[in-house]
Amino acid sequence: MASEYDVIVIGGGPAGYPAAIRAAQNKLKVACIDEWKNKDGSAVFGGTCTNAGCIPSKALLESSELYHKTKDELGVHGIKVSGVSFDVAQMQKRKTGIVKASTTGIAMLLKSAGVTPLQGHGKLLAGRKVEFTAHDGKKETLSAKHIVLASGSIPAELKSMPFDGKNIVDNWGALDFDSVPKKLAVVGAGIIGLELGSVWRRLGSEVVILEALDTFLALADQGLAKEAARHFKKQAIDIKLGAKVSGAKPTASGVEVTYADASGSQTINVDKLIVCVGRRPYTGNLLADGTGVQIDDKGFIKVDDHCKTTAENVWAVGDCVRGPMLAHKAKDEGVMVGDMIAGKYGHMNYDTIPSVIYTAPEIAWVGQTEEQVKATGRPYKIGQFPFAASGRARAMESTAGFVKLIAAQDDDEVLGVHIIGPLAGELIAEAVLAMEYSASSEDLQRTIHAHPTLSEALHEAALAADKRAIDNINR
Amino acid sequence: MAIEIKVPQLPESVADATLVTWHKQAGQTVSRDENLADLETDKVVLEVPAPVNGVLKELRIVAGTSVTSGQVLAVLEEGAAATAAPAAAPKPAAAPAAKPASAPAAGNDKLAPSVRRMVEEKQLDPAKIPATGRDGRITKGDVVEFLDKPAAAAASNKPAAAPAPAVGAAGRQDQRVPMTRLRARIAERLLEAQQTQAQLTTFNEIDLKAVMDVRAKYKDTFEKKHGVKLGFMSFFVKAAVEALKKFPVVNASVEGNDIVYHEYYDIGVAVSTERGLMVPVLRDADLQSYADIEKNIGAYATRAREGKITIEELTGGTFSITNGGTFGSLLSTPIVNMPQSAILGMHATKERPVVVNGQIEIRPMMYVALSYDHRIIDGREAVQFLVAIKDGLEDPARLLLGV
Repeated sequence: MASEYDVIVIGGGPAGYPAAIRAAQNKLKVACIDEWKNKDGSAVFGGTCTNAGCIPSKALLESSELYHKTKDELGVHGIKVSGVSFDVAQMQKRKTGIVKASTTGIAMLLKSAGVTPLQGHGKLLAGRKVEFTAHDGKKETLSAKHIVLASGSIPAELKSMPFDGKNIVDNWGALDFDSVPKKLAVVGAGIIGLELGSVWRRLGSEVVILEALDTFLALADQGLAKEAARHFKKQAIDIKLGAKVSGAKPTASGVEVTYADASGSQTINVDKLIVCVGRRPYTGNLLADGTGVQIDDKGFIKVDDHCKTTAENVWAVGDCVRGPMLAHKAKDEGVMVGDMIAGKYGHMNYDTIPSVIYTAPEIAWVGQTEEQVKATGRPYKIGQFPFAASGRARAMESTAGFVKLIAAQDDDEVLGVHIIGPLAGELIAEAVLAMEYSASSEDLQRTIHAHPTLSEALHEAALAADKRAIDNINR
Repeated sequence: MAIEIKVPQLPESVADATLVTWHKQAGQTVSRDENLADLETDKVVLEVPAPVNGVLKELRIVAGTSVTSGQVLAVLEEGAAATAAPAAAPKPAAAPAAKPASAPAAGNDKLAPSVRRMVEEKQLDPAKIPATGRDGRITKGDVVEFLDKPAAAAASNKPAAAPAPAVGAAGRQDQRVPMTRLRARIAERLLEAQQTQAQLTTFNEIDLKAVMDVRAKYKDTFEKKHGVKLGFMSFFVKAAVEALKKFPVVNASVEGNDIVYHEYYDIGVAVSTERGLMVPVLRDADLQSYADIEKNIGAYATRAREGKITIEELTGGTFSITNGGTFGSLLSTPIVNMPQSAILGMHATKERPVVVNGQIEIRPMMYVALSYDHRIIDGREAVQFLVAIKDGLEDPARLLLGV
């Protein structure tokens, strides 16, 4: 194995592997070190996203939603269903297969791009040297002209309820339940908490989500959040706001959770407790002394707008640096760095990063919320279009939700788009593209959208901003 | 082959420049030497010519941004044919019926739908609208702002606080126009001069009959021999140089607590342009012939109006001459062109009755003004300096003999 590279990427997740592939596409000699090991002991690339996050959760969400639909929602179509049952083991088997296909795929992409894959731990030493420890313990010192740190993040653990790997689990653990918990408590009503809560609720769990803040989905547009809360309530997902969990202890049958809300201290007994109160950057054993790389007070590696650290020719991308902990943000940062190292143009636009919550109805947004626009003082207008008025949505029996578009009064610039409804995560892409081009609501108004589609809802919402919607009453 | 278009090397005295306008957009074909963009500095507007024929691929800098020497502005793909055209939206289908006359410019199919509409409705030329969108595209906001402030050269980028034009009753609106960089710099320098120097002005009048007689007698010969008209400026420059030789402190500058005497005579001659006043310098005016001076002044005037004066040509003068007379001014108090210490103001020549040898005669009279820095030039010297110029012009033989 060579010991000198143009680029060494430490971390092979959604930030690291794209950085490695792009650098290799730019004809650089690249190695990508990754230490992920799955619970079955296999060493695979793909990081949290592929193994313990995005991919497995989407697989479970899909399976559970289909079960729920089949059981409860096909009658209206004239489809008679009886004897629907559920096999958790099979669901997990499918999930594992999808994860495996993804990790194998990433390994192939790295190989095809000419990246040297090194599975083991990478530690950055001074002078852009890397101490690589393979999984078998063998150590080697490598050196590179450029280093990319992409070590990712780990679930935040609360001291009052440490993970026990059995009944008090993090999100990875929650993806692996081998049976449907009868009663499930989730700490944190964020994106991960809502998604995991949804999965097990659909499969029959009694789910209670304990959220410390008084506002639900505080980071999202509140119009969107209110609509989402309404639907989760209808699904009997019990979301308790202002509920500060003080502790949890394993019992014979499960977990006893103690929390305090407006009415005082409460205790509930559940079978499983999922703790998803956020994630923190993972830099443990990553940096030796003298590297020149600085960490900020929240534990993130300090970088500038182009992901350069304070050390020369050392870059950092993904969850280990500031910004939303999203795989697509990680990916584009990785690609930007892969280009900049090769002396090419690289740029990240942090204002147009979409967010998606893969619940049903699905939720997605990009740009500013109405609250944020209001705070800037810039006069704005809103256009909203409910999926209930969409022919396609009706045909799909997915009429929940709406598209909400916010535009500036002065020059009509689109400031934010918020969608709750079928395939919101796909529909948001058009809004992201529009905002990248500084589009106005008029530009969207004058763009033809196929009929009948869900995408028309964005068209109509744009028209509604000027009170000129065709397929909805303008108020 | 992709070529990076960079900011040309800016002269030492200039820290940075502002990219004011893109004249071409990404995807457009450009030919060699075609001006791609205007860069405005404190003194001049620089052009960015395309080095070769090709297609402008990518605009890296948004109009209104400050740039420095060598910074990459855009990427040009060398070679023929704009491959960009196919990417455009199907124009005929979307546009409202046959209205070919209206929308100008080749770039029409690269315009956003809202911009297309506005350009057509208001008969605008997209090439004149400062673009702030990706790759130099015009956004709807750019058009809105352009219509609010048509005179402004600078574009504003997604203002945090929306720029609302003050609206009065219909027909009584205010128009808020940000200063161009050049104007702002002129404003700054004028204020600086007044606040730094102890400036005042002394006046005199000059009987230009003698000069006019010389001109009348020799102008044809002069023009035939030298290929340039014999004006008044060469006489004034020469008279000024002779006076500066007699009173060196008027040719000096203040630097901190020192007086720096310049042993050369670089005379600035003010030229008025649309963008503002510029003062290009005649180097070593004492060594230039009358013909040289006339030629150089003429060339400067033309190039200043075309925006082609370089920064080197505007710096380093030791004394300046300005002429308000071309606009009809009878008398004025010019402001000194720092770091110089004095400036001569010429004015309109008017036939007036004056007393010559006890008789009233009609003479072509010009009031002249000398504004000067009283910190180093005393009243006596200023007055005598101006008298020396008067004497030199009223009796040109003095200029000939150097007395």
